[in-house]
Amino acid sequence: MKLTVWTYEGPPHVGAMRVATGMKGLHYVLHAPQGDTYADLLFTMIERRNHRPPVTFTTFQARDLGSDTADLFKQAAQDAYDRFKPEAIIVGASCTAELIQDDPGGLAETMGLPVPTIALELPSYQRKENFGADETFFQIVRHLAKPVEKTAQVSANLIGPTALGFRHRDDIDEVTALLSDMGISVNVVAPMTSSPSDIARLGAAHLNVLMYPETAETAARWMERELGIPFTKVVPIGVGATRDFVAEVAALANVEPYLDDSRLRLPWYSRSVDSTYLTGKRVFVFGDGTHVKAAARIARDEMGFEVVGLGCYNREQAREIRAVAKEFGVEPLITDDYLEVERTIEALAPEMILGTQMERHIGKRLGIPCAVISAPVHVQDFPARYSPQMGIEGANVIFDTWVHPLVMGLEEHLLTMFREDFEFHDDAGASHHGGKALLRAEEEGSSAPDASEPVATMAPVPGGEVIWLADAERELKKIPFFVRGKARRNTETYAASRGVMQISVDTLYEAKAHYAR
Amino acid sequence: MTDQTPVRASTGCRDTPVLKQRGQREVFCGLTGIIWLHRKMQDAFFLVVGSRTCAHLLQSAAGVMIFAEPRFGTAILEETDLAGLADAQTELDRVVGELLSRRPDIRQLFLVGSCPSEVIKLDLQLAAERLTEQHAPHVRVLNFSGSGIETTFTQGEDACLASMVPVLPKTDARQLLLVGALPDVVEEQAVSLLEQMGVGPIRVLPAPRADSDLGLGENTVFALTQPFLGDTHAALERRGARHIAAPFPFGEEGTTAWLRAVADEFGVDDATFDRVTEAPRARARKAVAQAAQTLSGKSVFFFPDSQLEIPLARFLTRECGMTAIEVGAPFIHKALVGPDLDLLEQGPVISEGQDVDLQLDRCRAARPDLTVCGLGLANPLEAEGMATKWAIELVFTPVHFYEQAGDLAGLFSRPLRRAGLLKVEAAE
Repeated sequence: MKLTVWTYEGPPHVGAMRVATGMKGLHYVLHAPQGDTYADLLFTMIERRNHRPPVTFTTFQARDLGSDTADLFKQAAQDAYDRFKPEAIIVGASCTAELIQDDPGGLAETMGLPVPTIALELPSYQRKENFGADETFFQIVRHLAKPVEKTAQVSANLIGPTALGFRHRDDIDEVTALLSDMGISVNVVAPMTSSPSDIARLGAAHLNVLMYPETAETAARWMERELGIPFTKVVPIGVGATRDFVAEVAALANVEPYLDDSRLRLPWYSRSVDSTYLTGKRVFVFGDGTHVKAAARIARDEMGFEVVGLGCYNREQAREIRAVAKEFGVEPLITDDYLEVERTIEALAPEMILGTQMERHIGKRLGIPCAVISAPVHVQDFPARYSPQMGIEGANVIFDTWVHPLVMGLEEHLLTMFREDFEFHDDAGASHHGGKALLRAEEEGSSAPDASEPVATMAPVPGGEVIWLADAERELKKIPFFVRGKARRNTETYAASRGVMQISVDTLYEAKAHYAR
Repeated sequence: MTDQTPVRASTGCRDTPVLKQRGQREVFCGLTGIIWLHRKMQDAFFLVVGSRTCAHLLQSAAGVMIFAEPRFGTAILEETDLAGLADAQTELDRVVGELLSRRPDIRQLFLVGSCPSEVIKLDLQLAAERLTEQHAPHVRVLNFSGSGIETTFTQGEDACLASMVPVLPKTDARQLLLVGALPDVVEEQAVSLLEQMGVGPIRVLPAPRADSDLGLGENTVFALTQPFLGDTHAALERRGARHIAAPFPFGEEGTTAWLRAVADEFGVDDATFDRVTEAPRARARKAVAQAAQTLSGKSVFFFPDSQLEIPLARFLTRECGMTAIEVGAPFIHKALVGPDLDLLEQGPVISEGQDVDLQLDRCRAARPDLTVCGLGLANPLEAEGMATKWAIELVFTPVHFYEQAGDLAGLFSRPLRRAGLLKVEAAE
């Protein structure tokens, strides 16, 4: 039993719903109690889909238990077939139905429906949403994809996009354009946009572009083994990764690498002088493994940030993320415990979080700006405008998205200049954000504590507690907020390393000189 | 003189045959109620004993992730709990111990049963009794079921309130108990109106804090503010309290009828009643009239959601000039909504439970001007060109009593006004 307040992933059957809802001509018959239909609103409200997900829930109730839940399932499956006439059906159980052991797969088999019926085994008490999507897509591919003649032109499948995915809709267009520029056509995009008959044609492609390992890696490996289709390992998020991706695709497809970077603006925007203020900004990166890996590289190599911590919530990617963390020289945080993520962020005191909607809440509470790089998603993650993460435009979008929560460069310089000003100070917030600017609270003048009096004890540091003297604390407050956390930590580390137990103004400036770069 | 509309049982819907179908039900489970209950009971924590699905529902259903550490959580059952490798009761003791040590402000803990905990027959009542002994007197532990196999949406609040009734102390004091979790501002309005009439003492269930000295007994009369409190109604009657039946306090007419029923019980004379209600009644009429301009002559179709459907249909047809085509409710408790059914003119289909696909067929055929439905259906119906009102807002928004009557009508008129305002289609 594990106490959970917020979760990064839903149960595995929600992953299966993401696959089914992305597809056409497929229907999911889900043995589940009344109430599990809440999952429909993820798609109709968060993603603003204009159709109900193609899912029939049996919605059994207590009075059905022990009597006729199996009949109920068969009736629901028959009604679903008669009404929706799908090309194929997937059947499975939610967490509760798993306990009553009706075996939806076996029941469906006995019904002799005239279309392929694919049984899903998704262990609800062990696995989560991403596993559910990956396993569902794999089972669909395994049942329906057959060896077929290759397309005359070099072609690729784009695999991994699902309903409710973080920017999947626009990533598909971006990757399609990247491939098209190299003369590679798209054979099938799946699961999103494909029908069961499209799945049957997957084998016609010359390579698979694995867009999201979270949702399609198992299928990619199976197709490599059974259909002889190689798949890409690089996910083209960021400038460097996009260039690597182009090279990898060219090698797999045996074509000339080509990247039209005439619309690519990130490199220049990052080099332009307004971006100087981004230098060494301390960022914490958290999300699904794929997006975190990409974001860490962009943060360091393309934005000039310092990555002070990173991690992912999906254990399937733990090994990958541990390797990235090692490369960056930080501790990996592999957890789906929201409170643990919050504690880590609080302890690291980064100047910015690159996270999920969950970290946005943490950032709001701790006063740290946050840009969203990964699912779990929110209605805001489905913007009306074209807003991919992958390819050339993805890099441009990422630059804008990451810079937006911060105070602008010119503004930051002014803040440093006017930091004592009563209305233009760091608590006033960025000028391009909503909310009312606060006037600086008046200094408490005569009531100020004695300069030698300790005002705060810090969290224990090796070697005992370091104490800030009041004048040092006041001096610290004069430092703009976006570097204050770093100044505090550096000073404390510096003091602790020298056995200094009380931080004075001198200690503060000695530390500043020590860490000067 | 009050111009109360006389009850016309002969023309109402009380005896209308109810359409009952069995198929997919597109409804929330009772766990959803935790979202508003935890705001109302400020020293309570709701611990769902369930699965990842339960946690995901709570997080998704209302988009309530505004608190870093909310006063609800889920003890997620794991493989070891199910395989009997870990004793679920011992595990529960451990989780509750952790929780209470981190949250010393908690005075009431509700162990909330879920579909999985009920299927594996995890005895939460036993756990609640044991944990109450362990953590007495600081924390009282109660249990109720919010599972989808037992409860639909608002029935979770009913189960929660019903669980509190047996442990309330006995009192012989003559008192009025208002039952139902209302936003504070609404509750205060109701109490204020009744106190101005000389009705009292007035108590409310749920009380905002566990240490209130609320008692119950044979001299307690109670009025329900929500139509979904059937089990609570039964539990209160078992304790000897007496129910004041009335239409529910939605709209000017419903509020007046509800107040009148309570006032009669306490012997309030007509002059006093009119003096207290005259001004707010006039305000309510005026506010409703504004929205009614948009609603009048329009048709409405209710999908089952919160059990508020029958009282709301009464309000929309009688005060806003709408026509009801179908009024679907997840569950119809005639002892509670009977007075509203009496006032609802015959004509609409009254349905209980659901086969959502068949009901969608009826809705599409009827093409109502406004469809009241859950979040899973709203956008798909809008995409088919049908104006919708998502029903969950009717539960989350202050809509009861006079001062909110205009807001309530506004919730229904806004989608229609918006549909009229937008000019986003391509030119013909």
